[in-house]
Order: sequence, then structure tokens, then C-alpha cells
Amino acid sequence: MLRLAQGASLAATGGLIWSYLLRQQARAAPGMVRPPGALHEPDFLATCIKCGQCVRACPYDTLSLASTGAAAAIGTPYFIPREVPCYMCEDIPCQAACPTGALDPGLKDIDDSRMGLAVIDIENCLSWQGLRCEICHRECPLQGRAISVEHHQRKLSKHAMFVPVVHSDHCTGCGICEKACPTDEAAIRVLPPELVQGRIGEHYRLGWTVDTPVTQQFQPQGRAPGGGPAEAPGGLDYLNEEGL
Amino acid sequence: MSTPPESVKTAPDGRPLRPFVMPESLAGKLGVWRYIIFRRICQIGVLLVFFGSAHWGWSLLGQPLLTGNLSSSELLGAIPMADPFAVLQILLTQHALAAKVLIGAVIVLAFYAVVGGRVWCAWVCPVNMVTDLAGWLRIRLGVRDLFHLGRNTRYVVLGLALVLSALTGVAAFEWVSPIGIMHRELLFGLGLGWTAILGIFLFDLVLLKHGWCGHLCPLGAFYALVGRVASLRVGFDTPTCTHCGECAKVCPEPQVLNLRKAAEAHMIASGECSNCGRCITVCPEHTLRFDARYRILAANRSRSEQSDPQQRRST
Repeated sequence: MLRLAQGASLAATGGLIWSYLLRQQARAAPGMVRPPGALHEPDFLATCIKCGQCVRACPYDTLSLASTGAAAAIGTPYFIPREVPCYMCEDIPCQAACPTGALDPGLKDIDDSRMGLAVIDIENCLSWQGLRCEICHRECPLQGRAISVEHHQRKLSKHAMFVPVVHSDHCTGCGICEKACPTDEAAIRVLPPELVQGRIGEHYRLGWTVDTPVTQQFQPQGRAPGGGPAEAPGGLDYLNEEGL
Repeated sequence: MSTPPESVKTAPDGRPLRPFVMPESLAGKLGVWRYIIFRRICQIGVLLVFFGSAHWGWSLLGQPLLTGNLSSSELLGAIPMADPFAVLQILLTQHALAAKVLIGAVIVLAFYAVVGGRVWCAWVCPVNMVTDLAGWLRIRLGVRDLFHLGRNTRYVVLGLALVLSALTGVAAFEWVSPIGIMHRELLFGLGLGWTAILGIFLFDLVLLKHGWCGHLCPLGAFYALVGRVASLRVGFDTPTCTHCGECAKVCPEPQVLNLRKAAEAHMIASGECSNCGRCITVCPEHTLRFDARYRILAANRSRSEQSDPQQRRST
């Protein structure tokens, strides 16, 4: 009986340490850029069998398999765009090589992949200093869509600046911009979208935009705070009607 | 019934015990070592085929020979293979898997169910080379075990791996497996994985004889369960055995050499036998040999029919 209890507690202790290790590893590196089609990180970490077939399938040797002690979770594929970016092969050979579906076979067009999202450090971007750089824009495979160049007023000067702007609805996170950036440390970097993107929240209504649907019908309940009588709905909404 | 005299060592049937003697000649030595040599060729060969396909472009019929690694691979760009234990863990995390890896797992499982479950351990697994080295060294150095651990601990680890996979949402053993670490880092470049391998080496060398492979490894436990029905077995020629015990001295899993059970079944039936063949070459009476389970079972049937024809007619 005692031996059974000892054995059970030994197993439980081992299990606790083991699960602690797993949780540590699973949280290892949220900043890693994954191959195209990679599932949402927790699902990707669960389904990737760590076989490295995507790594071998990549014709540009972009991908690495995380070794022990590397930044990414052990045995999973990742790439460092500043070293070798993803050149966005149209046939997506890495995804085709994946036996488990951790790289989603549902991804048909490489332009729809979301490996990461480029973000610009405007304090170190040459364009933002007033120089004409725009290398990231010219190198971008989705030039004009994922990165556009916008005109921006410069203080105390007649000259305008032409600055790159990333658009998240087209940026695939391939990292070619990061690779091409001429600053010592890249001023444009690719990071997983969930690390850099916020979320507005559905209760905000951008009433002045034409194509934003009215998501919530305003219904005054009971008496209005001003003491006036309860009125028919719609009093505040007249400006939004007819797309005005 | 008379007891044999204590001073003279004899077999149960009165024959004198012959100890195993290492042959003087090189050919004789090679004969004793033949399965170890075959196993190393097989283990290093599997590694080489993976490595050659990955780094030297080895191909056949225009297709890469063997891509991937021991977790999941593809032979000639057509035949998928996958570690069934890894796939089982992933399925327990409640994630759907693509058909390719499922088919691969079935193929590998079928292979080891035919060839003999822990053939994986002795003939393919790269960690076996490390633990065999530790086992060889600890005999030379005369190291004694620091503690005792039950041989069934591995089944607890196996159960833990499955439970933790379900609880944590990641394949629990695949994330810490020294086998995966060693194999991956040999194929895809070195990291700190050698520390895990060194850890296993020292564990086996200093702390516990056959500590990893024989007590803890859940993959070995998984294939031991497969081995219960596996075809390749060490056959046991009952009348010739003198119970000299030479086989148990070299066996990494001596609990499988239960000679009473082996005499009844005419084979080493336990799935924990890794089919390494060490016992076969040291047996002075040539009692042991590789054989197929179905042939042994057929022989057992005909033997029982001959010895008891009365019962046969009545049934």
C-alpha cells in the first residue's frame, strides 16, 4: 500500500516537472516567424511532428528546424527573415511536404499566407528621416498593396517625406523587406501578427466610414438620464443613415 | 528426486554445464559479434540514408531516397512513414491530422508488428548506440547501480506521456524525447542536444544499468506492447538448454529470459525482448535462434498433437 502511494507520488512529481517543461517550451518564443500556412501557434505546436520535411523542401534554405536551446520551440520550423526571407514560391513546396497539416493544406495562394506582419520603426527608418529610400517598398512582392509609399509633411520644411506604410490586409510576412532594409539593424521587421496587432472591439462604430455596417441598434431603455420622456429609437443615428 | 551435488555444476538433466568461451580466432569472434555488427550497420545505415538524402542529394528514380526524419518521413517521394507513438500523442491533443501522416503511422506500426516490436530499439534507434556504449563501459569499469527502478516504470512513463499530451495540448514525449533530439540534431545541425545525450549516457553509465532503454523510455514501452504480437522472435530449443545462464548475463532485458516460460512456449515470448541477438551468439548449446512466431506456434501445436493424440481426437 505504502509502496503504491510512493510510486504514485513519484509518478505525479515526474508528471508535474514534465508538464512544467512542456509549458516552458510551448511559450518559448512567441516572436518566431513560421513557414507559410502555419496554423495558429498553439495548434501549430500541437500538430507539427518535427520531421523537418518543410525545411528540406524549401529551395532557398530559408527554414531551420529549432535545435535544443534555440529560440523557437524544440524541433519546430522557423525562419529569420533578416538572414533568409521567404521568397514566396507559387507552389508552396514546404506546405506540400508537411505530412500532418500543421502547414495548412487549405492555403492555395501564397499571397494569402500570413507568416508575420512587417512593422516599421519610424525613428530609424531612412524615409522617415527625410531621405528617399523606399527599398522595402520596391522589394516587396506585393508592392503597392502590402507596402505603399505615402506622402507625409515634414516639419519646418517645404519638402515632403515619402514614407513606407504597411497594410496588414496584404502583408504576408515574407520578410523580403526586412532582408533588404539598408539600416544597420533592420528598421522594418516581420513579427507574428498577434504580437503587434491590436483589436478595436466591435462596440466601436466608425460611423463616418461609408462601408462600416452599423453593428448595434441603439435602443434607449426607460427614461433618458436628462429626465425627459423615453423616445422612439434612432435619435442619435440620423447622421449615419443613407451612408452619410 | 535427487538434488544435484553442489560442487559440480550440471544441467537439470545431469549434463555438465559448458561455459561460454570467447573464440580465439578473429572469425570466431566476428561470429559472436555478428548481430552487434549487423545492428550497427543497420542503425548507422538508416542515419546515413536520411543524411545522404538531405545533404548529398541521394535519390533513386528521380526521387529523394528518404526525406524527413524518424518522426515522419517519405520514401522515394511516395511512401509515407511516421512514428505511430508520436501520431498517437498528437491525436490525444485533439487535433486532426492529415491523411499522409496517419497512413505513415499505420505503415510503420504494421512493419514493427510483423518484424518484431522492439526491433526498433536494437536495430534502428540512434540512442541505442549511446546506451550500448555506456553499458559496455560500465562492465569494464565495474560500476554498480546507485538505485533500483522497476522495469515496468517505462509503462508508467508511457501512460504519463499520453495523459500529459491530452492535458497540455502538445505531444508530451516528442517535446522532450532524447531520441528525437539526437536524430534531429545529427540531420539538421547541432544545438545543445548533445547535453541530453550526455545525460542519458551518464545516467546509464553511473546511475543505473540499462537505465534509459531498459527502464524509462516510453517509445520502447510502446514497441514492447507491439512486440507482444510481433512475428520475429527468439526461438528456444527446449531440450538442449542446460540453464547455464550465459544468455541472461549478456541480455539487456534479462527479465525476458524466463527459462521456464521459454521452455513451455519454445520462444522468448515477451515483447520487451528487443531482438538484439546477443543471447543467440553466446549460447554454448545453440538453444537460441531467430525464428518466426507462427512457425514456433505451428511446431508447438504439432508437438502437442503428437504427445497427446487422445485429446486431439476428443476435441
